[in-house]
Amino acid sequence: MTDKIEQEPNVAGTPKDARPIKLACRNVWKLFGSNAANFIRERDGKASMAEVAAAGLVGAVRAVDLEIRQGEIFIIMGLSGSGKSTLVRCMSRLVEPTHGKVEFEGKDLLKISDAALIELRRHRMGMVFQNFALLPHLNVLENIAFPLSIQGQDRPTREARSREVIELVGLSGREHFYPRELSGGQQQRVGIARSLATKPEIWFLDEPFSALDPLIRREMQDELMRLQTMLHKTIVFITHDFDEAIRLADRIAIMKDGEVIQIGTPEELVVNPATDYVAEFTRDVDRAKVISARSLMRACDGSEHGGTVSPDAKIASFSAGIVAADKPFAVVNGTGKPIGEVTPQAVIDLLAGIDRSRAGA
Amino acid sequence: MTVTASASEARARPLQIWLLIWAFALAAVLVVFLLQDRLPWAVNYPASAVVPVADWVSALMRWIKSNLSWLTRSITAVLGVPLDFALNLLAKNFKIGHGIDAYVLPRLSWVGVCAAAFLAGHAVGGRKLSLLVGGCFLYIALFGQWTSAMLTLALISIAVPFCIVTGLFAGIWAWRKPWAERLIVSPALDLMQTIPTFAYLIPMLLLFGNSPVSAMIATAIFATPPMVRATMLGLSRVPSEIDDFSEMAGCTARQKLWRVLLPSARPTLMVGVNQVIMLALNMVIIASMIGAGGLGYDVLLALRALKVGEAMEAGLAIVALAIALDRLSQAIAHKQAKGHVHKAIGASLWRRYPNLTLAIAILAVTTLLGLFVPAFAAVPKAITFTTAPLWKAAVNWVTINFFDAIEAFRVALILNLLNPLRAFCEGFPWLGAVFLLGLAGYQLSGFRLAVLVAALTAFCAITGLWEKTMATVYLCGISAFVACLIGIPIGLMASRSDRFEKIVTPVIDTLQVLPSFCFIIPVVMLFRVGDVTAMIATIAFAVVPAIRYTNHGIRQVPPALIEAAKVSGCTPRQTFFRVQLPLALPEIMLGVNQTILMALAMIIICAMVGTRDLGQEVFIALSKADSGRGIVAGLAIAFIGIVADRLFSAWTAKARARLG
Repeated sequence: MTDKIEQEPNVAGTPKDARPIKLACRNVWKLFGSNAANFIRERDGKASMAEVAAAGLVGAVRAVDLEIRQGEIFIIMGLSGSGKSTLVRCMSRLVEPTHGKVEFEGKDLLKISDAALIELRRHRMGMVFQNFALLPHLNVLENIAFPLSIQGQDRPTREARSREVIELVGLSGREHFYPRELSGGQQQRVGIARSLATKPEIWFLDEPFSALDPLIRREMQDELMRLQTMLHKTIVFITHDFDEAIRLADRIAIMKDGEVIQIGTPEELVVNPATDYVAEFTRDVDRAKVISARSLMRACDGSEHGGTVSPDAKIASFSAGIVAADKPFAVVNGTGKPIGEVTPQAVIDLLAGIDRSRAGA
Repeated sequence: MTVTASASEARARPLQIWLLIWAFALAAVLVVFLLQDRLPWAVNYPASAVVPVADWVSALMRWIKSNLSWLTRSITAVLGVPLDFALNLLAKNFKIGHGIDAYVLPRLSWVGVCAAAFLAGHAVGGRKLSLLVGGCFLYIALFGQWTSAMLTLALISIAVPFCIVTGLFAGIWAWRKPWAERLIVSPALDLMQTIPTFAYLIPMLLLFGNSPVSAMIATAIFATPPMVRATMLGLSRVPSEIDDFSEMAGCTARQKLWRVLLPSARPTLMVGVNQVIMLALNMVIIASMIGAGGLGYDVLLALRALKVGEAMEAGLAIVALAIALDRLSQAIAHKQAKGHVHKAIGASLWRRYPNLTLAIAILAVTTLLGLFVPAFAAVPKAITFTTAPLWKAAVNWVTINFFDAIEAFRVALILNLLNPLRAFCEGFPWLGAVFLLGLAGYQLSGFRLAVLVAALTAFCAITGLWEKTMATVYLCGISAFVACLIGIPIGLMASRSDRFEKIVTPVIDTLQVLPSFCFIIPVVMLFRVGDVTAMIATIAFAVVPAIRYTNHGIRQVPPALIEAAKVSGCTPRQTFFRVQLPLALPEIMLGVNQTILMALAMIIICAMVGTRDLGQEVFIALSKADSGRGIVAGLAIAFIGIVADRLFSAWTAKARARLG
């Protein structure tokens, strides 16, 4: 079952920054207003927010540079109106950027022909929408088979493939239901199945769980993680929910007023927020689940160790043990060599929300 | 409080200026009126200066007729094929061969068609609808109107698909190309819907002759606009995510339109289809004047011979047909809007479409039986009954017993209200009207509206139709006024009482479905021909939007505002007059606007009962096949409608803008 679906190379083993770049934005702008293209070209792709406003334009996306690597879950997080939806539509060229480059495997997406774009979308891109965007006149099976039928696949082939993904998302038995007969969570499963049916390499998820109840949302997040461990897609995930971002992301880009203000792993954002705005988001995060031993360790001072942890282990995974042992744990790398230690006091400080480094500074 | 006070102060000054301007303008017009001996050309448009637009149009039509007859003939021939087929299938029997050797294939049996109607109702709306629709068809059969009704149905069944396809493509085009929508489609739709139905008939009569084909073409043109509008609306309402999805699935432009957007817009499209069907029915009835035949023709003949009983019967058959078609297509639209429900899928056709298969089987069996059993082929005389004598007796009874009262009412109305008003309107200086309407346009919207309104008004004068135009305005105005006087209070009551609304809604739903023709019949029975009849029929026809919009306007006032009023200590009366009514005013004005337009449409049809206005002008032109005269009069009518519509819309828009 899964081996038929799985076609992305599993790059989970390779170090994260050595993976090939799948999709990149190079100084991407989307401005609304008359003569926007000339405005930004004349300034050579540089303009401040004040300049944009002075020209009577609205900057939905401004000077965005980012690189998304193969097999990672890249989350674009921002509040409503921050331009995240426009940005993801620029990446898929649903919205034509005003300026800049969008590179798909190194090729500029904005320069390819309409026919090539259609080919690309048919076979290599998939998208899931906030309000599901299911076709009301087709049943589950037909909805999922729709992108395949657009490609011209014959009925037996596309239905066989559709049944595979229906089983994958756990909707077997509902093939002949129509969208309005399904709950929100089920509808989004159909949306997910539909976007996976074409075996896309890059998977855009535009606030896929925002329209769902909190409990269902959590269930769907787990479902997404389960799928990702099997499929290893390159995922661009949009959300306005920082907790969701923390839960799912390999890396997060935080957007505000059309700009990306910080890109980093959840841990980097929590440990080193670039601005007060980012810090505001990270304030209520359960730090023990985000911060790893690596961030908390210090050089060994020769004291006795009560245990060992890997540098990537989250604090929450060993906090109970280290507090009970009341001795520092050694942080060891793959070969078992200690590279530092974590003290019980540091863990307690973290759990209690005391930040000694900041308090001192 | 202070904010509103200062705002109203700021507004007060321009308002006073406008009052002054209006006083001056009215005084100037009065002066012109009083000096009409000195300035006769400003009051009555001089006959010598009439621009012969009518002759030009006639010449153009003559040219088209003589030079493009190959085209019109081939159109007639091509359209005649499906039309003849439908006519034969439903009403006339197929005749193969000639003379006595002719072999006759029977039309569909009436028993089968009634059964199919039952099943269609059952398929889309359950038992209640099946009884209603089937009952309507059975009624038509039992009252001896079967053949006429099937002629009408055949015309509709060919015209409607034509309208749907044309409307769909025009709508798609307008949706794709905003310039086309702005410059071509929207103005064309506005004009098409304000030109009176009669005016369509004349060029059709001229180009395609007195035949069912020309009736069908007129019907198709008249009934297409709602489909165009529904298509544009439906496509623009498809959620943008569905649009994005189709792009991401890699749809080509064509795949996107036909496989994603149009199916997603289907509920809205079905509403358009319902309107197309109802308009087509309305028009087919009127098109009986140029050879459509069917129920409309029966009504027409009976009305001309003043056989009220027969007219009433045919009219009721139209009502039955209208109700059946309306409820059926509405149920389909409703079903679409609710969305699909999955069914256990069976392999056989029978399992998947039980109603359809059964209907076809019954149609086939009964039609075959009709070959041997005459009762299946035609409705047997023995089981039909007629109520014509009953109606006649009723009318006689009323005339004998209440003649004096009715006559006194009629004469009093004519002498005290209608005639003075008519004299006032017909004597109104044309230059003054152009000036005053232009001024109103300027005040409400600006220079562009002023020019448009003044130009359209002037057209009516310079084509030499001023007096008839004003006669139309007078009759339409008084009818619309009375309709509002009746309709708005009913609407207000309906908005305040759910129980009353429950009674009113089915009544106005039915009134709206009835073809305009049907309103004339009962009134003619009581008031004979003349302005009073026209007025009463028009009021009955045009009262619906006044009721509907008033009710809707009051009911759509946000509950939060009403709660706010209550919390502020408003009595129910204060809540109503100080909160609900002001907020509902734009909507009510929209209803008044609709009422005026409907009154105008109806007044024209009332030319059949002897009014002396533009409608009569068109009617005469129709009987003489004088295309120029008819089209110019038709345009004048359309322009009255457009002037009224634009002024009211501007007023409503202004009121809306003020309410925010």
